[in-house]
Amino acid sequence: MSGNINLDFSLLKKLTQAYGPSGNEKEIAGLIMGYSKNHVDNVETDILGNLIIRKKGRGKRIMIAAHMDEVGVIVTHIDNNGYLYFSAVGGLNEAGLLARRVMFSNRCYGVIGRERKESEEEKSKGKYFIDIGVNSEEEARKMVREGDMAILTGEFVENGSHIISKAIDNRLGCFIALEVLKNYQGEDDVFFVFTVQEEVGARGAKTAAFAIEPDLALIIDTTISYDTPKEKYRTSLNNGVAIKVMDRSIIVSPVIKNWMIDIAVKNNIVFQSEIISAGGTDSGPVHLTKGGVPTGGIAVPVRYLHSGSEITTKLDIESAYRLLSELLKNPFAS
Amino acid sequence: MFLKELCELDGVSGNEKKVREYIIEQLKDKADDYKIDKIGNLIVRKKGMDGNILGVPKVLLCAHMDEVGLFITEITNDGFLKFQTVGGIDPKILVSKTVVCGNEVPGVIGSKAIHLQKPEERKQILSIEELYIDIGAVSKEEAENIVKLGDYVAFASRFERLGSGFNKAKALDDRAGCSVIMQILNNQYRCDLVGAFTVQEEVGLRGSKVISNYLEADLAIVVEATMAKDLAETFEEEWIVELGKGPACSLMDSATIYNPELIQKVAELAEKLDIPLQFRRGTTAANDAGNIHQAGRGIPLITLSIPCRNIHTMSSLIAMQDYENCLKLVHSILENIQVFCSNT
Repeated sequence: MSGNINLDFSLLKKLTQAYGPSGNEKEIAGLIMGYSKNHVDNVETDILGNLIIRKKGRGKRIMIAAHMDEVGVIVTHIDNNGYLYFSAVGGLNEAGLLARRVMFSNRCYGVIGRERKESEEEKSKGKYFIDIGVNSEEEARKMVREGDMAILTGEFVENGSHIISKAIDNRLGCFIALEVLKNYQGEDDVFFVFTVQEEVGARGAKTAAFAIEPDLALIIDTTISYDTPKEKYRTSLNNGVAIKVMDRSIIVSPVIKNWMIDIAVKNNIVFQSEIISAGGTDSGPVHLTKGGVPTGGIAVPVRYLHSGSEITTKLDIESAYRLLSELLKNPFAS
Repeated sequence: MFLKELCELDGVSGNEKKVREYIIEQLKDKADDYKIDKIGNLIVRKKGMDGNILGVPKVLLCAHMDEVGLFITEITNDGFLKFQTVGGIDPKILVSKTVVCGNEVPGVIGSKAIHLQKPEERKQILSIEELYIDIGAVSKEEAENIVKLGDYVAFASRFERLGSGFNKAKALDDRAGCSVIMQILNNQYRCDLVGAFTVQEEVGLRGSKVISNYLEADLAIVVEATMAKDLAETFEEEWIVELGKGPACSLMDSATIYNPELIQKVAELAEKLDIPLQFRRGTTAANDAGNIHQAGRGIPLITLSIPCRNIHTMSSLIAMQDYENCLKLVHSILENIQVFCSNT
């Protein structure tokens, strides 16, 4: 590490703690707009809610994308006693939901509960509900209505070299993109896109890429860290930024992947590979846009993804920041 | 209203021609023009009135023409037809139902008679492989004279009125939506209308994928039929929608998260005009909205559904008041189009 990187982790704290489940990313977009307004030429929000921030230049059209949304739950029914029934928004692990706290956009809090007397078979179907501490439907409706979404809460803590918080997936990507944006000095026409609805199938990135028609796209996201006490053989914490090779939605062109690896090696940036067989990312729809877009992905390994208690490390964050900065200094030419 | 005629036409996914021709016949004198695209979607256009210099908003109205059904995959030596399902069909509903194969050949779905079944067989659910269609042929040759491999099979089911205000039919999903949009296209509004009657929704939203490549709009309204489970033995939180409580506005399904501000506008308009409205309280299944909202740079969109019991069967059931209220709500949205196309 070159050691003189000075990332503003208080910004990461604000971003992770804000509310933004898929389809409800306005609060995050507002924060990002606030932080970037002195550094950019043009800001727009498209129909789906993607925030597109442009640093105009004469060179290549480069799209840097990070998704703003986080997993959550959506209220589908309010019963007579004021209990809220819900569905998952994005890939939530239902088994881990019992007694978790959730928060709505209006800062109404609830706790996830479940019937105690159900048979084991019924329990496995996960008949969970949200308890917001009211006694009637009428009382509940003063705070919540059908269609409202809530997110899992999870405080931001800096544990020495590690960070624990909710929504590191993918406010961390937004954070890195914002830090790179602030320091960008190049000549290219760079579109920093903060996308919506990645967690439900990478929907926002599709319309954004269609509108921008980039010459090159780089997606920054988080990825599963596989290191548990007995397994350390795949993408792991503290092994640096992960360069995407493949996920369920993309096979990165070897030319792009090798360009990224070369830049990492030249600049002594510690890196590893991201190869996952489950789960897609924004890189999926982006690389298939129109006649095809050269697309690469960089990802920061995170433990306990989608849990509200995600763990990442400053070493990996800094290497991701450095790689993205260096990639922009030497953009891929086809 | 076109509902009875539409439901009694056969149009299993990929074979929507009869439905398309009926819609064209009914609308060709009311609309400005129509075209059929290469996959078979029917696009009907109707200009708005009072277009000012800046033009009027363009609204896309979408319903799918296709219905679930069967497809002949084998003709046995005895002249029976083996088949596969097209779209989501529960094999449990098929035994001993009447069907129409290929070119209007009537048939029944057979299986072993109860007398011939062993006690344990009576408890088992028959799989598709154990069922066959009997068209009264005594040999393979006789069967091959009237049907061929790849012929479609549709449920034989008449449109009937039940009780004081319910209608039973096959294919209410989504001929009910087609019928609503056809009625709307008889009117003129202060916006340009594009009626998109799509193909192959039931096999994975395929027709709407194609229209998403070339249609643009300021607002899209998908009109659907959706599953009601308002039965006494299920918990209220699992009902999804209820018959008689008005059209259902979708919140989220497996292909779309609906814009909260647009949902709010629909709810406010319905309340102001005293049109009953419910929310679709389930998040599974998908419809053409999944493709349309991601079309091009994105299209603001809502889905309104008519609640339907026994959906994807030959005996689907809707409440006519829900149909009428759905029609009224779509009409009212178009009458108040400036509210919906202002800041989106």
